[in-house]
Amino acid sequence: MPIIEAIELKKIYKGEADASSTLALQDATLSIEEGEFVAIMGPSGSGKSTLLHILGFLEKQSGGSYKFNKRVIEELDDTELARVRNSEMGFVFQAFNLLPKATVLENVKLPLMYSAVAENKWDNLAKEAIDAVGMMHRINHLAIQLSGGEKQRVAIARALVMKPKVVFADEPTGNLDSQSGQAVMKIIQDLNENHGHTIVLITHETYTAEHAQRIIKLKDGAIESDEKVGHRHKADEYLK
Amino acid sequence: MTIKNSLKTALSGLRSHKSRSLLTILGIVIGITSIILIMSIGQGAQDLILGEIQGLGSKTIAVIPGREPHGPTDIAQTLTSSLKERDLALLLRKENAPTIKEIMPLVFTSGTAAYGEETYAATILGVSEKAPKIFNLNIENGSFFTEDDVKGKSDVVVIGYKVANELFGASDPLGEKIKLKGKNFRIVGVLPQKGQVSFFNFDEIALMPYSTAQQYILGIKYYNRFIVEADSDESVDRTVEDIKSTLRASHEITDPEKDDFFVQTSSDLASTFKSVTNVLTLLLTSIAAISLVVGGIGIMNIMLVAVTERTREIGLRKALGARGRDILQQFLLEAVILTAIGGLMGIFFGAILSFAAGIAITQFAGLNWHFTFPFFGAFIGLTISAAIGLIFGIYPARQASLKSPIEALRYE
Repeated sequence: MPIIEAIELKKIYKGEADASSTLALQDATLSIEEGEFVAIMGPSGSGKSTLLHILGFLEKQSGGSYKFNKRVIEELDDTELARVRNSEMGFVFQAFNLLPKATVLENVKLPLMYSAVAENKWDNLAKEAIDAVGMMHRINHLAIQLSGGEKQRVAIARALVMKPKVVFADEPTGNLDSQSGQAVMKIIQDLNENHGHTIVLITHETYTAEHAQRIIKLKDGAIESDEKVGHRHKADEYLK
Repeated sequence: MTIKNSLKTALSGLRSHKSRSLLTILGIVIGITSIILIMSIGQGAQDLILGEIQGLGSKTIAVIPGREPHGPTDIAQTLTSSLKERDLALLLRKENAPTIKEIMPLVFTSGTAAYGEETYAATILGVSEKAPKIFNLNIENGSFFTEDDVKGKSDVVVIGYKVANELFGASDPLGEKIKLKGKNFRIVGVLPQKGQVSFFNFDEIALMPYSTAQQYILGIKYYNRFIVEADSDESVDRTVEDIKSTLRASHEITDPEKDDFFVQTSSDLASTFKSVTNVLTLLLTSIAAISLVVGGIGIMNIMLVAVTERTREIGLRKALGARGRDILQQFLLEAVILTAIGGLMGIFFGAILSFAAGIAITQFAGLNWHFTFPFFGAFIGLTISAAIGLIFGIYPARQASLKSPIEALRYE
């Protein structure tokens, strides 16, 4: 049973005039199994971010149908969408999007504040997630005091803290030097292999994409190819 | 998200912009400060006046010549000569007004008291020998003049504490003569420090027999007031009616609308002054309240800026599972906390300023002013300022809650 099942997804951005409407996504059909690590690739403007946003309930498709974990997105209202986003999805963004004047611990605790998890468990859950990305030594630092790689590791901890089924990562290494990028990829790969998280990764770099098990290539809003990765890169090999 | 955590989130949002938050609430602070100040001073003034009226005693009734004033322009009507000697004689007859215990005619003017080179602007009050009882005066130095002095129009005077001090310094004024309106008066008594009693400051006063004042000072045959004391609290209303009918008969008035005098009891006076000070306080408070509206608009403005500035944060929170309601709650709480802090600061500054004003009034006006902290005003001020946060915060908070997560995340 796939956790993500999308059939002929369309997204049209309406401009001021009818002629200026842009078709960002056309008839994208894909399915992702639980526990898979999938990379979505394509040049900028290919519609990969739009696809990720729709898959992550951050925006609604203009046409087609989408089922996440057996739920049909069209049938959910905003509150239910927020709840699913909170408890079953984790997000990692290219620009990290941490609260700059909050500490690492506070940032990681943020999803818990919007959840039904009892407050006395927050600290332990957050510390567990921070430990998993190796950031315990910075737990009380403010987000602005961290380096880019550290910020992204904290963002990953934040995405993990609710133990989501799927982690969506939008160009997580795009703002990082190769060394920190590789460290981030190692964590992501580890999440997938040792903790069973389903990963949907967006990137425009082939090398990064080849850390996944499968690559879906987009071009001009349409799926061009969907293939298994022949030779997977292992992030720890590079680091050694 | 629970209220407790919303509160924490809102507080940290405010803390990250301390000086801006402070400037934002300045309007609210000023508004609440002025409301507290006005209410406290209004209350103080009311207490002062009521205290003086009550100082006269609840059984005291004043008969005032002229038509009862119904507005500020009517005031001239009180300066007439309708209260004559004959009226006094009629009121003294037991069959006309059996419940009158004491009655004292009163005349007053102001004049310069002179002793040698020293002068002092005093209030000249013509009273009868009953004045010490009615005004509750204790004479420690010398004695009050007698009924015989009143009958014989003696040129005697009892002077207030301040008059004695200014004219004689440390030396004893008893037996000395002072000049009032060109005539010499012998000092028979000196009042101890007394302050304000019923609209007269007895420290600045020169008391003499009313007959003397009528003849030598004012040159009139009528009285400015009758001060009447009823024999009990219960008989005040009856006494008032008796006075009215006696005077109407004496003045040949059939239509009460055409009365050339009016009768005022302590409670009448108290309620009149209460309503006057209340209206004044309300009026001034309303003016101060305008600044609260202005302050509220300032809050709305800054909150809108904050919402735009924090578009990314809003998007992130939504992506992580915040519902529109959570975001609304967060921004609304920020606005309410902001205005409530403004309200508290206003109450604090208002209390300090009105306390200082009380000290200044006591020091410079010599009034027996009591500082009262307006608890009601403080309560109202806090409620109003929180309400302003709600009213002016709801629009920006709603704008924030409606942002779609992705558009918010895209915002640079």
